[in-house]
Amino acid sequence: MLEVRGLSRSFGGLKAVDDVTLSVPRGQIVSLIGPNGAGKTTLFALISGFLKPDSGRVSFEGRDITGHKPHAICRAGIVRTFQVVQPFAGLSVHENIAVGAHTRLRDRDEALERAREVAHRVGMGAMLDRPASALTIAGRKRLELARALATDPRLLLLDEVMAGLNATEIGELVEVIRAIRDEGVTIFLIEHVMQAVMRLSDYTHVLNHGAMIASGTPREVTSAPHVIEAYLGHGAAARLAELEAGHA
Amino acid sequence: MAGWLIIALALALAPLALGSGRWVEFLELTLFVAVLGQGWNVLGGYGGQYSFGNAVFFGTGAYVQALLQYRFGISPWISLWFAIAGTAAVGAAIGWLSFRYGLRGSYFALITLAFAEAFHVLARSFPSITEGGRGVQLALNQDPDRALATFQFNFAGSFLAENGFYYTILAVFLASAFATWRMERTRFGAQLIAVRENEDAAQALGIDAFRVKLGAISISAAITAAAGVYYVQKYLFIEPGIAFGTSKSVEALFAPIIGGLGTVVGPLLGSFFIHGVGEAAKATIGQALGDRPGVDLILFGTILILVLAFLPRGLAGLWAALWRRLTGGDGNA
Amino acid sequence: MEFFGLTLPSYGWETVLGSAVSGVFLGAIYALVALGLTLIYGVLHIINFAHGALLMLGMYGVFFLWKLAGIDPYLAMLIVVPGGFALGYLLQRFVIGKASHGRDEIILLVTLGLSIVIENGALFFFSATERSVLVPYDLDGIDLGVTYAVWPEIAALAGSLAITGALWLFMMRTDTGRAIRAVARERRGAQLVGINVDHIFAVTFGLGTAIVAAAASLLAPTYPVHPQIGNLFVLIAFTVVVLGGMGSFVGALVGGFLIGITEQLGRLYMGESLGVITVSVIFILVLLLRPTGLFGQRSGQG
Ligand SMILES: Nc1ncnc2c1ncn2[C@@H]1O[C@H](COP(=O)(O)OP(=O)(O)OP(=O)(O)O)[C@@H](O)[C@H]1O
Ligand SMILES: [Mg+2]
Repeated sequence: MLEVRGLSRSFGGLKAVDDVTLSVPRGQIVSLIGPNGAGKTTLFALISGFLKPDSGRVSFEGRDITGHKPHAICRAGIVRTFQVVQPFAGLSVHENIAVGAHTRLRDRDEALERAREVAHRVGMGAMLDRPASALTIAGRKRLELARALATDPRLLLLDEVMAGLNATEIGELVEVIRAIRDEGVTIFLIEHVMQAVMRLSDYTHVLNHGAMIASGTPREVTSAPHVIEAYLGHGAAARLAELEAGHA
Repeated sequence: MAGWLIIALALALAPLALGSGRWVEFLELTLFVAVLGQGWNVLGGYGGQYSFGNAVFFGTGAYVQALLQYRFGISPWISLWFAIAGTAAVGAAIGWLSFRYGLRGSYFALITLAFAEAFHVLARSFPSITEGGRGVQLALNQDPDRALATFQFNFAGSFLAENGFYYTILAVFLASAFATWRMERTRFGAQLIAVRENEDAAQALGIDAFRVKLGAISISAAITAAAGVYYVQKYLFIEPGIAFGTSKSVEALFAPIIGGLGTVVGPLLGSFFIHGVGEAAKATIGQALGDRPGVDLILFGTILILVLAFLPRGLAGLWAALWRRLTGGDGNA
Repeated sequence: MEFFGLTLPSYGWETVLGSAVSGVFLGAIYALVALGLTLIYGVLHIINFAHGALLMLGMYGVFFLWKLAGIDPYLAMLIVVPGGFALGYLLQRFVIGKASHGRDEIILLVTLGLSIVIENGALFFFSATERSVLVPYDLDGIDLGVTYAVWPEIAALAGSLAITGALWLFMMRTDTGRAIRAVARERRGAQLVGINVDHIFAVTFGLGTAIVAAAASLLAPTYPVHPQIGNLFVLIAFTVVVLGGMGSFVGALVGGFLIGITEQLGRLYMGESLGVITVSVIFILVLLLRPTGLFGQRSGQG
């Protein structure tokens, strides 16, 4: 449903995203992993219209959306969350989510009602009247998700929604994300929490220095030597293999 | 809502209760500035775009209202629609230019100031159209029977002569407050507030921030123009300094910031407070020191800084906090 | 010549050149007023709306030093410049910094509030009467052929260039200057290496005010002072800063001269009244088309 072809974007001399090609099939959970600064967030920004690519195309459900404005891309059915959470700090949780709901619903009461449903779905039902600024990190991450979900997307781009959460919270969120997928929303997520990546993804892409270095099932890519080296430095794969051999 | 009915009723009955004269004049000025403030509040308070040149809307409204009568003899009741719609269009044009190029913060403040200044110079420079620096003086209607037709109450029956313009500005204010109150409860209002709170997040959620800001500046312009229409009908005179000078731009932002940004009641509360303080100061300090000018504005400026420092939600926020403390709950005032 | 339906007069080249040269002198003053503004913008990233009011206050200082103590307006610099620095430092440290909670749009409003207080304070204490510093040499000068330059104009030009140069040296050669530049580039980083950012902000604001006080000295012999005089210069100074690029010293200088010349030529061709609109038009066009100005790097979204 999402096709990315030869996408590139540089900042000054730095190639943040370098000739990336990938696709996200409908109904799946696809993850994007890679070391810090690999260009993952930049790739999301390119897909969602916050940055314009230097070259390459993005198409969604067969239509070219390259270079379209973020709001237009959202209305087309792709919504992103922000790694650095961006709540409407002066508003309550309920009002925050209602802004998302308004994307499809003009009527204020309907939007508030829909926001309430979404809040319950992501486990924020009890926090509706709390000011967004009073939420914990876990709460803010959920709010990002809830707001995005309220726009009724067909493709959800989640940028590190698990970062900073404890194990219980991660477990809960994994279930929430699965449930969202089961209702028909395709999910493309960036994650550093490998436990979540392994449990959730049908397919994984690995980015390093802006370029795609591996794709496959989570198990395949995480055992590929060059992926391990990208994460842990040169020679790491060999050392790891020795270690495993020692244990065996 | 009940609160607003009480405010509206109290204001409507004020001339009967207080008798005409000083007190009603005071309320009239308060309401006039509250309208300017409400115009600013829609864009600045709800939309987070701080204009330093809202005089451009006041002046455009006033000049259109004056010139259509002066040059073409058009009825003031017709010209006022042109004044309001025309100024909304000017607002949209200024907004289109500013927001298209992504101007925010300091830059938006500066460009609105520059537009006000450019209009100021234009109004002075084309006397064949605007009468230049001398200003436009409208003919005074002395026929009591034509008071309503000419939108001039000076020679109407005594109650209307004394209070006609009070009720005019009251009507304008209530209309602007109602419009703002409605706006808060629509999708447009929610989106405007979202843009103020976080423009990137708003866009990610499908909000066309450019269109929303354009809508807000047009509404802001229309409300401010209505204050200009009132001004021209009351004084039958407008000149470039009054119309486009900085003082209207500044008055427009004082009231809502002091009263409470992004609240319906803020502009009225702020206007009432500063003019109350201003009158009191003029009557005491000013008198004591030989009626010198400037006392009120020194106070306004000081109050502005104090409110920014200590009351980020203005008097409305203070009121809400006090109310919560008094009632012990989270009751909404 | 025709221009938007207006018939423009045609002049000989001497007249045009004469106008341009007087534009250079005028521009020097604009540049100096803008210099303080751009310095503050470059570091604090805010437009100081009180800049014009501070200029006016400086001119009153110069006037009263001359009137009451007989001090020559140029000599008065020795007093008003340190005074300006102290005032600016205190205002930033104890009023603007405290009231704004570090939010840019609030700083904007606080400086606006300050300008209103200062302006009306002047109106209250000094009344709206225009007051002039009279110097014996205000009509003497040099005949430049195309125009006649009086000493105060020449002093303003020389003073502007000298002060811009001195500020540049200060920023490059002194520790304080380096600290200011560090804060301008990377606020957080500067904090991490132990620079007291609040102090640097206040020093910068003080320097900006000291420069505008120097401008007040240079202006006093040619412009009568009254409470509104700052407004005359401030919009132009904003234009200069935007044109030159917010935060750029060279930009302030070049921008000042460009605006001075444009304004004088505008007056020559379009008359006193409409002539000044050239400044507003430049202002609007630059903001829209090139908000980074001629020499700036920041985008218009600050
Ligand atoms: N707006 C920008 N201007 C300049 N450089 C940028 C910009 N945005 C990102 N970069 C650089 O591009 C590279 C990729 O950044 P990006 O945020 O996409 O990485 P990431 O994979 O999301 O990293 P992380 O896991 O830390 O979130 C980094 O080196 C970053 O410094
Ligand atoms: Mg990232």
